[in-house]
Amino acid sequence: MTEEDKILQEVTTTDYKYGFVTDIDSDTIKKGLNEDVIRLISMKKNEPDWLLEWRLDAFRKFQKMTEPEWANVTYDKPDLQSISYYSAPKPKKTLESLDEVDPELLKTFEKLGISLEEQKRLTGVAVDIVVDSVSVATSFKEKLGELGIIFCSISEAIQKHPELVKKYIGSVVPKTDNFYAALNSAVFTDGSFCYIPKGTRCPMELSTYFRINQAGTGQFERTLLIADEGSYVSYLEGCTAPSRDENQLHAAVVELIALDDAEIKYSTVQNWYPGNKEGKGGVFNFVTKRGICHKSAKISWTQVETGSAVTWKYPSCILKGDNSIGEFFSVAVTNNYQQADTGTKMIHVGKNTKSTIISKGISAGKSNGNYRGLVKIMKGAENARNFSQCDSLLMGDQCGSHTFPYIEVKNKSARIEHEATTSKIGEDQLFYCNQRGIGTDEAIGLIVNGYCKDVLNQLPMEFAVEAQKLLSLSLEGSVG
Amino acid sequence: MLKIKDLSVEIEGNKILKGLNLEMNKGEVHAIMGPNGAGKSTLSAVIAGREEYEVTGGTIEFEGKDIMDMAPEERAHLGIFLSFQYPVEIPGVSVTNFIKTAINESRKATDLDPMPAKDLLKKMRDKQELLEMDKTFMSRSINEGFSGGEKKRNEIFQMAMLDPKLAILDETDSGLDIDALRIVANGVNKLKNDNNAVMIITHYQRLLDHIVPDFVHVLFDGKIVKTGDKNLALRLEDQGYDWIKQEQKV
Repeated sequence: MTEEDKILQEVTTTDYKYGFVTDIDSDTIKKGLNEDVIRLISMKKNEPDWLLEWRLDAFRKFQKMTEPEWANVTYDKPDLQSISYYSAPKPKKTLESLDEVDPELLKTFEKLGISLEEQKRLTGVAVDIVVDSVSVATSFKEKLGELGIIFCSISEAIQKHPELVKKYIGSVVPKTDNFYAALNSAVFTDGSFCYIPKGTRCPMELSTYFRINQAGTGQFERTLLIADEGSYVSYLEGCTAPSRDENQLHAAVVELIALDDAEIKYSTVQNWYPGNKEGKGGVFNFVTKRGICHKSAKISWTQVETGSAVTWKYPSCILKGDNSIGEFFSVAVTNNYQQADTGTKMIHVGKNTKSTIISKGISAGKSNGNYRGLVKIMKGAENARNFSQCDSLLMGDQCGSHTFPYIEVKNKSARIEHEATTSKIGEDQLFYCNQRGIGTDEAIGLIVNGYCKDVLNQLPMEFAVEAQKLLSLSLEGSVG
Repeated sequence: MLKIKDLSVEIEGNKILKGLNLEMNKGEVHAIMGPNGAGKSTLSAVIAGREEYEVTGGTIEFEGKDIMDMAPEERAHLGIFLSFQYPVEIPGVSVTNFIKTAINESRKATDLDPMPAKDLLKKMRDKQELLEMDKTFMSRSINEGFSGGEKKRNEIFQMAMLDPKLAILDETDSGLDIDALRIVANGVNKLKNDNNAVMIITHYQRLLDHIVPDFVHVLFDGKIVKTGDKNLALRLEDQGYDWIKQEQKV
């Protein structure tokens, strides 16, 4: 058997290690998508009239839109009428502390290696957990409250801080931005909200774990993060879903607003169910993430994407203010039959704006990884700078990797650099590691983590460790 | 320690080793010399377990165990170390991280806990000094942008860290200037003791001026055709391999 054959054989033996279902009572509404469903969601969430109107407007426009087909991925379009748009664990009463959380749920987090107690105690991370659309535990809220920082579920923010939500929701990702953003605007059920007041440096990493649990429910969360003038926040988002046979749709919207001199660091580790070894099942991850930078503000996106059957995601920055900075650091792993079309858009509007793009793609098995990026320099963006580096690492000879860099320049003073490399993990490298006593799986982990170092270095410490493990785990057995 | 019997090896249908015999004991230094294409590097790769080579006959025993079916990492765990002729670059993986992983994977294989960080750092400092290596070296990506001399010193550094029972130095002297050669040889001599053994694969006498071999073997056309003491190496240096070839024809 050749080395390549072995690779293929090994690849198909790697199972998803987070595939289990938490058995919790859920309150799920009937499948289907229509105005009544939207009214029901809005009513269940006790929302103000303006928001219901906003949702309905989004829905009416959504109905006239068609699903985009330009991405380099193929899949059966999900039947939007066969999804239940609202699923919430039935609360026995309002939860005040972790002790009151369903023990089944806590067990789930333990399996994920996310012990809340441990996290709280050791790292001081405030965690807002979204399980099937409703936040069940929010911690450290008081401590943050003293600084005037608001960190809560978006539903709570709608009730308690409607003026902020109303002002900013849809301001960066308009409700009709694209097909899935419009769908999200119509039916979003929960998500996170964060506001950092002027001149405040958030003293801890804010962290949210998302998880899709109920069979046949799509998760449509909405995240809104506002960093007021001169403030700083680092926000972590981690995602894991259990194994399911049918595809689950995840269409989230994330909006970041960095006002003058503010800085937002947004890190994601995405490990949703990628489907089984034959390519059956898995999460469809169609996400719209965008941030706007005002004067001298900075937004930095870091993502480690190892999961989902199909990923369609372009965290972007609108560099509106002069001297603002946008960054995008990405590791995207595809294995078995996974497909990813991911990258970023950097829109330079203001003067002296700078952007950096570092993208590391890793493809194994029969998967297909694509980098798609746009660097756009508008007319008024004097002295704009961009540096892009797109690297691909291939494992085996049945996977694919493609790069689609788009560059549009409307100002002569712009300076743009683009570097790209493609490489393979060599047998020489593996043998070298083996000879030093390092087994093949560990060696792949070591080599891949080395390859991704520039991106992993951007992650906060405890997240970086998790991401490293995840990378090794996703590629375990992918070379014979 | 090492017992090789009638070893025959092919790669892509080409017969490289044709019934090679070799025995090494603890505390010994053996030099393997021979013209280009004789099979020297093949021998080292096969002992280390490289899979592209097809072993068509013979046996290799290490400390009484048949190692023919063992994976390269299992052989490494037994204490077999190969200093590569062309060490491989691994971008983004620091020397420290690499050696830490190597040591702890070997310890794991023998049910030992990872080496405590303090001990590891101390050992690294000692061996760094032994091989006159710069401190910044440890945080550089392994072999990336290393000069020829740095690569070879790094190999011997790893050998020093891993304490192998059998060290195979595959043309460690190639690409070394005189100072680097002295440092590397000095390192090997310091690490040599009664419980380990060293196999030196080389074209030239010059490394053997520094590391004196107990036995010198001539590998020619896939077999060891002559064995002698250090004087054999001197004769080869002086007269080349033609006389060996003549002898073989007769």
